[in-house]
Amino acid sequence: MNGKATTLASRLPHQGSVPVLQLEEVTKTYGADPPIPALQGVSFNVGAGELVAVVGPSGSGKSTLLHVMGTLERPASGRVVITGLDVAALEDGELAAVRATQIGFVFQQFFLAEHSSVLDNVADGLLYAGVAAAARREQAAHALTAVSLGGRLKARPPQLSGGERQRVAIARALVGAPAIVLADEPTGNLDSTTGGQIMDLIEELNGSGATIVVITHEHAIADRCSRRIRLLDGRVVSDT
Amino acid sequence: MHAGLDSPRLSLPDLARVASVGLRTRCVRAALSALGIAIGVAAIVAVLGLSASSQAGLLAEIDRLGTNLLTVTNGQTLFGQTAELPLTAPGMTRRIGPVTQVQYTGSTSANVYRSPYIPAVNTNGLAVRAASIGLPHAVRTTVAQGVYLNAATAREPVAVLGAQAASLLGIDRIYSGERIWLGDMWFYLAGILNPAFLAPEIDDSVLVGFPAAERWLGLDGHPTTIYVRSVTSQTAAVHSVLAATADPEAPNEVDVSQPSAALTARADAQGALNSLFLGLGAVSLLVGAVGVANIMLIGVLERRSEIGLRRSLGATKGQIRTQFLAEAILLSLLGGAAGVAAGAITTIVYAHIKHWSAVVPATAWAGGLAAAILIGAIAGLLPAIRAAQLSPTEALRTV
Repeated sequence: MNGKATTLASRLPHQGSVPVLQLEEVTKTYGADPPIPALQGVSFNVGAGELVAVVGPSGSGKSTLLHVMGTLERPASGRVVITGLDVAALEDGELAAVRATQIGFVFQQFFLAEHSSVLDNVADGLLYAGVAAAARREQAAHALTAVSLGGRLKARPPQLSGGERQRVAIARALVGAPAIVLADEPTGNLDSTTGGQIMDLIEELNGSGATIVVITHEHAIADRCSRRIRLLDGRVVSDT
Repeated sequence: MHAGLDSPRLSLPDLARVASVGLRTRCVRAALSALGIAIGVAAIVAVLGLSASSQAGLLAEIDRLGTNLLTVTNGQTLFGQTAELPLTAPGMTRRIGPVTQVQYTGSTSANVYRSPYIPAVNTNGLAVRAASIGLPHAVRTTVAQGVYLNAATAREPVAVLGAQAASLLGIDRIYSGERIWLGDMWFYLAGILNPAFLAPEIDDSVLVGFPAAERWLGLDGHPTTIYVRSVTSQTAAVHSVLAATADPEAPNEVDVSQPSAALTARADAQGALNSLFLGLGAVSLLVGAVGVANIMLIGVLERRSEIGLRRSLGATKGQIRTQFLAEAILLSLLGGAAGVAAGAITTIVYAHIKHWSAVVPATAWAGGLAAAILIGAIAGLLPAIRAAQLSPTEALRTV
């Protein structure tokens, strides 16, 4: 397992102390009358190779933070810089290219295409990155091997357990060797044992070089990460 | 713009795969929504195909009958009386260079009955004509029963029935010694002709030989209709000189016509009714378009999470728009292809039954497919724009 994970890690960029993600005084509000602040002056950096938990209760602004970090939304004010690129300076098409090549997402609901094979689901992680079809499938097979699903390439998601499906989703996030992986409640739909196994995998992938931000409301999950950023009412209350 | 941050375009196979996701995962729904377009295209292809096939059938018939037949008939004098063709008219006509065949008939005033006991008024509207020996070949008909007149029987009281005349007299077969009451005397029956499409006047005639008509029916020998076959390429030239040749003294009292022209006109007129069916096909296409648009809009609502996922995987708005537009076009195109196939099969089967050669015009099938693509593009535009404008975070929130 470790050997296979190392293969993947060898393709991951940005090993070192350069911040992969920088947030400076990021604010985000929803609505107009009255405006509801979701993020209020959030600032932190994520360095390459870090495993960071963003933890907070429901409504603390975690999901908004994930969307802003993932360039799915632009901040109302403040700076978001990903791999040295200022989000504010990029056009929508360029942001899409950043997502395609630099960011991997893992969602609570997995979001797998049920009619496609596991291999195709993971290969689709590279669909918008301009990688040729054969290369996509080859890299997908590697990524699936790295999450211990190398023997189930032809299976379809409904044939898999919840934990296996999340492994597929993680493989899809990692297949393009992104600079940062953003995992939104990756264990939220899983029982505690399976959730623990997913965290084992995340730790292992981080150990082989992947930069991962886990967003969770569960302290038990957050405690397994080397760095924890606590969020409350849209503000960072602690960063340890 | 940052160099190297352009979103790459999806390759055509990738686009086709992405565009067919909705169709593959919801087959029945896709098939039903494409059905309207399939029916519309099938109607249009079948109408145009059947029309072209029947036209081809008619043209083949015209080809068989030949377009080189001209008829010369006696017209009217300046004073409104029936004119008379000169006795020399057939001989003069035969001397025109490109003319290959000249046959003629002469009307008599005799009536014909099954027996002398039939009341005189029951003439059935049948005409008794004197006919030359080679007439059937010139008008491209054949003998259905018995034999036609020959040089010997043309001098005797012997008659041959046109197809319609035989049926009106109630005679469907010839047996030895069979007679009909013609001009107050018995005439023996020699044969029955098949229908002559180019000379329908032969069909309701009873034909006798010229010598017999002159002897017993009081014919003065003047022909009333001359059937002229000529070299096909010279038909128009022959047409122009025919009247003056047949009756040099009074060419304006001669009517010259080309019987195949009527059939050709009928072939050209095929399709006059088509507009009605084409209109129905167009309505069906419109309904199909609304169906496709509807199903695509529902698809966009149902597939918000897929759209959100694709945006998070790096799809641009344009790529999402292209995906849904391509899906609508693909759906519509599949319906159109099914419609073309159904319309072509209908045409082939019907043409086969009618013994026509099946013709599916390129304009019909290509037009059908083009219409399907256009409809797909129009119907898919609004859903595609909606899908592209969906904010990725909103799309991801809905589960």
